[in-house]
Amino acid sequence: MFVLSSLLLAPKALAQHSQTSIFAPQSTPAKSILDLSIFVLSITGIIFVVVFTLLVYSISKFRAKPANANSEPAQVYGSNQIEMAWTIIPILIVVVLFLATARVIHAIQDAPEPAGAVEVTAIGHQYWWEFRYPKLGIVTANELHIPVSDPIHPTPTFLQLLSADTDHSFWIPVLAGKTDLIPNHPNRMWMDPHRTGIFLGQCAQYCGVQHAKMLLRVSVDSPQDFAAWVRGQQQPAVQDQSVMTGRQVFEHTACINCHTVSGTPADGRFGPDLTHLMSRTTIAAGAAENTPQNLRLWIDDPDAMKHGSLMPAMKLSDADVDAVASYMETLR
Amino acid sequence: MSSDAITIPALQIQEKPWVDLLHEWVTTVDHKRLGILYIVYALVFLVFGGIEALIIRVQLMHSHNNFVSPQVFNRMFTMHGTTMIFFVVMPVLFGFANYLVPLMIGARDMAFPRLNAFSFWLSAFGGLLLYFSFLGGSGLYGAGSAPDVGWWAYAPLTARAFSPGHSSDYWTLALLVSGFGSIGTSINIIATILCLRCPGMKLNRMPLLAWLNLVMAGMVLIAITPLSAAQIMLLIDRYLGGHFFDAQAGGSAVLWMHFFWIFGHPEVYILVIPAFAFLSEIVPVFSRKPIFGYPVMVAATICIAFVSLSVWAHHMFTVGMNSYANSFFAITTMAVGIPTGIKIFNWIGTMWGGRILFKVPMLFCLGFLFQFLIAGLTGIMQAAAPFDWQLSLSYFVVAHFHYVIVGGILFALFGAFYYWCPKMTGRMLSERLGRWHFWLFVIGFHMTFDVMHIPGLLGMPRRIYTYEPGRGWDTLNLIVSIGAFIQAIAILVFVWNLISSYFKGAKAGNDPWDAWTLEWSTSSPPPPYNFATIPVVASRRPLWDLKHPEDPDSLYE
Repeated sequence: MFVLSSLLLAPKALAQHSQTSIFAPQSTPAKSILDLSIFVLSITGIIFVVVFTLLVYSISKFRAKPANANSEPAQVYGSNQIEMAWTIIPILIVVVLFLATARVIHAIQDAPEPAGAVEVTAIGHQYWWEFRYPKLGIVTANELHIPVSDPIHPTPTFLQLLSADTDHSFWIPVLAGKTDLIPNHPNRMWMDPHRTGIFLGQCAQYCGVQHAKMLLRVSVDSPQDFAAWVRGQQQPAVQDQSVMTGRQVFEHTACINCHTVSGTPADGRFGPDLTHLMSRTTIAAGAAENTPQNLRLWIDDPDAMKHGSLMPAMKLSDADVDAVASYMETLR
Repeated sequence: MSSDAITIPALQIQEKPWVDLLHEWVTTVDHKRLGILYIVYALVFLVFGGIEALIIRVQLMHSHNNFVSPQVFNRMFTMHGTTMIFFVVMPVLFGFANYLVPLMIGARDMAFPRLNAFSFWLSAFGGLLLYFSFLGGSGLYGAGSAPDVGWWAYAPLTARAFSPGHSSDYWTLALLVSGFGSIGTSINIIATILCLRCPGMKLNRMPLLAWLNLVMAGMVLIAITPLSAAQIMLLIDRYLGGHFFDAQAGGSAVLWMHFFWIFGHPEVYILVIPAFAFLSEIVPVFSRKPIFGYPVMVAATICIAFVSLSVWAHHMFTVGMNSYANSFFAITTMAVGIPTGIKIFNWIGTMWGGRILFKVPMLFCLGFLFQFLIAGLTGIMQAAAPFDWQLSLSYFVVAHFHYVIVGGILFALFGAFYYWCPKMTGRMLSERLGRWHFWLFVIGFHMTFDVMHIPGLLGMPRRIYTYEPGRGWDTLNLIVSIGAFIQAIAILVFVWNLISSYFKGAKAGNDPWDAWTLEWSTSSPPPPYNFATIPVVASRRPLWDLKHPEDPDSLYE
């Protein structure tokens, strides 16, 4: 019963503690959604107070009392004037709400793409994210890097959303509302983060067994950091002779059917691109920190870390797992 | 009323061998027995669906919990949703419609008694088929057990590539079969109401319960049909090489969404309109006044029925429709709030100036009014499409529709149980246990579903078997889970009340609530064929006319 008051108050208090609260917008779409939300919350809040008061009043005022126990109250069948009133007022409220809503729909969905925009193609896979920057020639996974957008020289990021298998949904609550990734149905969304930092989210559309561990990280970088990151990602993979054994194991098992390491025979596209694996802070779509131990556990038996993951355990010997893990650790 | 309502003494119940009794119940075509079968069947599935909900809530009590595997969790929420919608709420509402409509319109049975029995058994076997998937769903590939595709079963997750084995087939066939059952029952309800009303009962004198069930049945015919068509198309995709929903071969995943939701949203109103019907009968009796604005209530219901057929894509605001489509579905969705609001105002108008008796049925109806108000308002929030881009697919939506289905429909249903059980069994349910049931359920409900809105606002998506720590979701989820167990205890109190009062409840008599509609003019439980002589009515409240010959309703209508 107190849901509306808690709706209005509690999340504000919790916003500081949660990195994924819709009440802490960091970009224009999320901000205009929040403004509309506050407007809608206020109107529904007023309706709630009015009707709640009417209900409580009529329940307490017209309760049966011993004084009137034996008499039936006046039998009233209705009133056309009253019916008109409580039909017309809601119609007016709906018109106002609709106009406010339509304005924000148009502002977000039909926003033109400025010249300085960064273009990213996000492809949903069971259960990880592929990010391709067609203009920059970069392919990466799970952790999206985008530049901060200065209001004077905006550099928003426009995402083309695709899916390789089932439906997914891209949701970073502080940056924008969610948009689905649907096979054979390209979608578009955009965001222009106002400050740097790491922003979290996850797949919001049920996509299969490990839907829960299809996490998202967006790193919003300063222009300099973003340029440095782009340069790093554009390099081919580091070739380190000291981990040749691991590389050979990697290239002689089925790993290369699914994974790409640029400049080597590995050119699979079913799994994440590993060319710059060590530039990422997490593995398995955010299921674990990218540490040597976790990497080794993951290569040895993905199912133990993320049950239902589509990456098979290759049944490698301990020595081979160590060798492959060492090879991975050189892919900076 | 021109002829006295004739009461018949309850038939002497003779001891019969249980085999004969079972045979009678299985072969019955009596609308009252079929109604009770529907209701008992729904209560059994309520227990199944409830256990699934509790498993979900235990798993989500804290982050990174390992109570069940992800696969089991996914089966649980799929089965919970499918069970509660198709095998609890729909059958229990059909049960009440079956039982009450002929009694309230002064008929001796439904128009097609055999179709009635056939429809019930179709639905019943649909439910069994769904649950047989736990045993038989593995199919040739040994993959899966119960379906795990979510209750919307979005394509292409249901394609054979992603859902091997037969678990999805059990889901498809169960819904197809029970859907035919629903269509049969709806045809029956429509035919009964249009053709079997007693003399004097013009359409504008029908009890609102009959009116609302007429509208509901019409909506079932319109809404279940596309669902059944989609299920057949899905089977063609899976077994005959069709590509309706197969995106890899040029099919459309979005097409399935349209098919599903053009069923799915009217379905919400199919479920809630009978709940409105219960309110429209119970609130007047316990306020001691006729329903306020009868013609407006009928018009608002018909209006809801029409508008609700054009709101389905508000379930798809995140799917990437263009801004015009999003705007269209935003305004239609907001518009459906208008007739719904009118209904709430009319119930308040009914109580206004009345003499409100706080018996258990009325308590549940009052719970409905408060909770349905909030459910409607959170619905308006999601009608604002950009707001919905944040709320959709999150726990906020889960909280919203549980507010509708539990806080609204289930509360109205409990009210209906306490109100009409005396008619069905001849014995009153205990008021004391009823109050325990009510207050426990209110506390549990609000702990669970008020709090559940907040993790959604904090970015928690639905259908995740576990979540990351440090996002402010842990404590909230723990409270939600505790509330779920309090609700479960309340349900146990309710079931105990049903069982104990069946055997030793106080005798109800014909008319325990001093009510006004025809079902209270016959004995409790009513004899086979309900009325010895068909009643003749002159107003909307025939028993009021009988009890107040000096001031009958027929003077004013």
